[in-house]
Amino acid sequence: MSESLRVNRDSSEVAVIGGGLVGLAVALGIQQQGQQVTVYDEGDIAFRASRGNFGLVWVQGKGDNMPAYARLSRRSSHLWGEMAQQLEQHTGIDIQLQQRGGVFVCLTETELEQRIQMLNGMAANHPEGYPFEVLDRQQLKELMPDIGPTIPGATWGPEDGHVNPLYLLRALVQRFEALGGKLVNAGPITKIKPENGQFVLQSASGRYSCNKLVLAAGLGNKALAPMVGMDAHVFPNRGQVLIAERVKHFLDYPTGHVRQTAEGTVQCGDSKEDVGFDSGTSTDVLAQIANRAITMYPLLKDVRLIRSWGALRIMTPDGNPIYQQSEQYPGAYLVTCHSGVTLAAAHAGPIADWIATGQADPELELEKFDGRRFEL
Amino acid sequence: MSAIERFDLVIVGAGPAGMAAADTASQQGLKVLMLDEQIRPGGQIYRSIGHTPIQDRSVLGPDYYAGEKLLAGLNQASLERLQGATVWEVREDNTLCFSVGGESRRVGFDKLLLATGAQERPAPFPGWTLPGVMTCGAAQILLKTSSMVPNGPLVIAGSGPLFLLIACQLLRAGVEIEALIETIPRANYRVALPELAGALRGWRYLIKGAKMLAEIRRYKVPFYKGVDQIRAEADSEGNLSEVIVQHGQEQQRIPCRTLLSHQGVIPNTQLGRAIGLEHSWDEVQLCWKPVLSEQGVSSHPDILVAGDSAGIGGAVVAEIQGQLVADAAARSLGKAGMPEPQRAGLKQQLSQQLAIRPFLDKLYRPAEAFIRPVDETVVCRCEEITAGEIRGLVELGCSGPNQTKAFCRSGMGACQGRQCGTTVSALLAEVQEKPIPDVGYYNIRMPIKPLTLGELASLNSYTEQRD
Amino acid sequence: MAVDSSYKRVSHQPAGTVQLMVEGQMIEAIAGESVAAAVLQTGIRQTRTTPVSEAGRAPYCMMGVCFECLMEIDGVPNTQACMTEVREGMVVNIQRGSRSVSGESV
Repeated sequence: MSESLRVNRDSSEVAVIGGGLVGLAVALGIQQQGQQVTVYDEGDIAFRASRGNFGLVWVQGKGDNMPAYARLSRRSSHLWGEMAQQLEQHTGIDIQLQQRGGVFVCLTETELEQRIQMLNGMAANHPEGYPFEVLDRQQLKELMPDIGPTIPGATWGPEDGHVNPLYLLRALVQRFEALGGKLVNAGPITKIKPENGQFVLQSASGRYSCNKLVLAAGLGNKALAPMVGMDAHVFPNRGQVLIAERVKHFLDYPTGHVRQTAEGTVQCGDSKEDVGFDSGTSTDVLAQIANRAITMYPLLKDVRLIRSWGALRIMTPDGNPIYQQSEQYPGAYLVTCHSGVTLAAAHAGPIADWIATGQADPELELEKFDGRRFEL
Repeated sequence: MSAIERFDLVIVGAGPAGMAAADTASQQGLKVLMLDEQIRPGGQIYRSIGHTPIQDRSVLGPDYYAGEKLLAGLNQASLERLQGATVWEVREDNTLCFSVGGESRRVGFDKLLLATGAQERPAPFPGWTLPGVMTCGAAQILLKTSSMVPNGPLVIAGSGPLFLLIACQLLRAGVEIEALIETIPRANYRVALPELAGALRGWRYLIKGAKMLAEIRRYKVPFYKGVDQIRAEADSEGNLSEVIVQHGQEQQRIPCRTLLSHQGVIPNTQLGRAIGLEHSWDEVQLCWKPVLSEQGVSSHPDILVAGDSAGIGGAVVAEIQGQLVADAAARSLGKAGMPEPQRAGLKQQLSQQLAIRPFLDKLYRPAEAFIRPVDETVVCRCEEITAGEIRGLVELGCSGPNQTKAFCRSGMGACQGRQCGTTVSALLAEVQEKPIPDVGYYNIRMPIKPLTLGELASLNSYTEQRD
Repeated sequence: MAVDSSYKRVSHQPAGTVQLMVEGQMIEAIAGESVAAAVLQTGIRQTRTTPVSEAGRAPYCMMGVCFECLMEIDGVPNTQACMTEVREGMVVNIQRGSRSVSGESV
C-alpha cells in the first residue's frame, strides 16, 4: 500500500522531524540562516516530552561526566536572554523567562555533601571556572523564608532560571510560521528513503522530500536514525510532575524540585524512573514528590494538586545529548537530548548554524556528542 | 502500611444505577463498598431523597419520590457505604484510592462499577460565566436540598426534558418566570418525527412531556420558541442584568437576575478516562461514552459501567442497568445470580424504557450556537479562554485538544476540563473540517479531583532516608 | 430572609438549623445543606473572583463539576462550597483571586 500513497505532496530544503522544543528551536535557527524549513509533527497524542516539561533553564550539575556538555549548557544559558527577547518582541508572547539564579535544595546532610562534592568535581574540570555557591541553612532561609525546618542547606547556581515551556513552544511555533516555516501534522513518519542525495519521508498522510534532514523526534529517533545510517541510543525515562493550584507568590527562585510559575501555579517534580513507553503516572512516585515538596516548603501541605503529568524524558546511556551527522548519508542529522528547554538557545543558535552551514564552531566540541561514543 | 482491605465489588456513585446495583449485589452475597461524593445518596435525580425539606410533594412530583424505594433498598442492604468520598485514582492492580474527610484510603476490588452518572452538557454562550447564570440542574438541586427558589426576575433558556421539568417545578413552588426561551432548532422536529413511531413504546414519556407543556401554558409564561442564540449581559458590577434573545433577525432584551440554562446531559466520563478506558463518540447524543459490552463491561475486564455514565438513558434505565450489571458481576464471581425470568423481565423493561431515546435525542439535539459558540464566548471557564482563541490555535498547528491545552491552558484549571472538553474538541473539529472522533479528547490524569499535597504525601510508602 | 438575595426559601418542613458566619454576617442554614446553598440566600452575588482576570463568579452547577463555587471555608481556601455541608459556627469568606499559602492553618 505504501507505493499507492500520494507522491511528493511537499518538498523542502530542510525537513525537521519532530515538532517539540528541540525540533522547533533547531528549525527556527536554520530558518534564520535563510533556508526554507518544514517541520513534521506527529499530532495530538504523541509522547510529548515538551509538554510535560518542568521548565527549568538549568546549568548547575549538568554535564558532571562530560565537560563539553556542561559548557554547552552554560553557553545556552547565556544565549537564552537574547532568544527570549527576540521571541517576545516578534510574537508578543511573554514566555516568562527569569534567570536570577536557581536553588537545589538538599533534604539531608548526606545529600548536601554529595552535591557539594559533585559540583567541586565539576569546578576542577573547568579551568574557565564553574560558578556555584553552597548555602547553609541560614543563608537559604534568607533567600527562601518559607523553607522547611529540617532542610540543612542548598546549592546555588547563578546561571539557573526558569521559563514557561508551553509558551516557549507556542512562541517558537508562531515565530517559525511567521517567518514562512511550514508545520505539517503528518502523523508519525514511518519511512525515510535516501534517494539521489535527497531524503523521501513517508507517513500515513503522504510523502515528503527534502535536501537536508534533521531527526529531532525524541524517542522516535530510535526507529528513524537507522534509516539514514545512524543509531540513536535513546530510551524512555519517565519524569513526573505535580501541578498544584494557583497560589499567591511565595517563591522567588526556581529549585530543582519545586517552582512557582508566573501564573502562580506550583509545580513539583523530578523523579527518575525507568519505564517502557507508558507516559502515565504512578502514585508511589507522586507521593514521594509531594513528600519532598512539603518537606522543602511545609506551607504547601494544604495546597491542592490539580493535575499530574507523566512525560517521557529522552535519555541516553550517559545522560548527555547526541549531535551527529550521518557519515553514510551526509545531510542527515541526529539531534537528541533531555533538556530541550535549557538547550533551546543553543539549538536555535550554534547547533542550527552547524546544520545550516555544515561548519561547526570548534568550541562546541561536537565530536564529543557523536552517538558512536556508545558503540566503543 | 496496613493491609489493603478487599471488596468483591466497589460501586462509585449512589445514584439510581449505583443504589440498584448495591441492593442486587448485596442480595447476591457480595462484599460491597459504595463510595459517593455527595452528602447523601440519591445521585442528582434523587438528590436529598428521604431528606428533602420540600413539604408539598406535588412540587417535585411522583418521579422524584420513586427514589424512596431505591433508598429503602439501599438502607436495608448489607454493605459498607461512605458519603463525601471521592475516588481520585484507580490502579491497574485492582486497587483504588479515595479521599474522605481529608484523608486518603486505598482499597482493593475484584470488580469495580462506575455509576458516576451524568453532568449537564457544557453549552457555552456569551455571558454564561456571569454571576446569576446557573444551570437548570443547579436550580433543581437547590430546590431538592434546600427548598430554595430563585428570587426573580427569572428567565429559563435551553431545551430538553429538564428544561421543562424545572419550569414546572418552580411554577408549582410559586415562582414567577419572566420568560421561557426554547432553543430547539426547527429542523429537529422534522428529523425526530420518523422516530416517533418507535417512541410510542415509551408513550408514558410522551404523555409526561405533553402534560408539562400544558402546565406551563396554564401559568401563561411567555414562551419563546426557535431561539437561535442567547447572550447574557452584565451590569456595572459584573453581575447578570439581562438576557438578549436572538430570534432570526429579531432581538429582545429581557431584564433578569437569574438565568437558568440547560442543553441536555452527557455521561460523566472523567474517572473512566483517567483509568484509560476506551471511549467512543456518539454522534446522536453528541457526547463521548465508554465502549461497553452488552453486560456493561468496559475495555478493562474488571471495570463495569452502568446508568447515565454509560450513555444517557435516564433514571429508570439506570436503575435497571444497575441491577443487571450487578447481577452479571455476581455471576462472574461465582454467585448464582438472579432467577432467569427476573433477568429476562428486566431486559425487556430496559428495551421498552430505551424506546423513547432516539426521538428525544434527535428532538433535543442542541442548536449549533451552543455546540460551537461564537468567538467571543469564554469556553474554558477556569482559565478564561475564548472560542476564538481555540479556533485560532489550529493555524499554529494544533490538531487536537491536548495541543491547545499546552498552548493556551484551556482545560488546565480546577475543573480539569469538565466544562470545556466537549466544546474544545467540537471547535477544533469545525475548523479542521474533521469529525470529532478524529480530533479526540483531553488526556485525563489522576487525581481526578483536587487533592492536597499533604494528603498525597501521606500515601508515601517509602520512608525517606534521614541522617 | 429580608435581604436582597438571589434565592429564597419556600415553605419547608421543620428542620434543624445551624448558624454560620458568611463574610462577617451570621446567617441561618438548614442542617444538611451545602455551604453554596446557604450563601445563595444572602445578598452576596459573587462568591469568588478569578485568579486570571478577577472577574466575579458564583455557584454554577451545584454538583461539584464546575469549580465555580470555590470559597474560603474555615480558613481553607479554594474549597468547593457546593460539596461542603454546613456546620455550626463555620466561617465562610469570598475567595478573592489566587489563594495565599502563608499564614494559614496547616
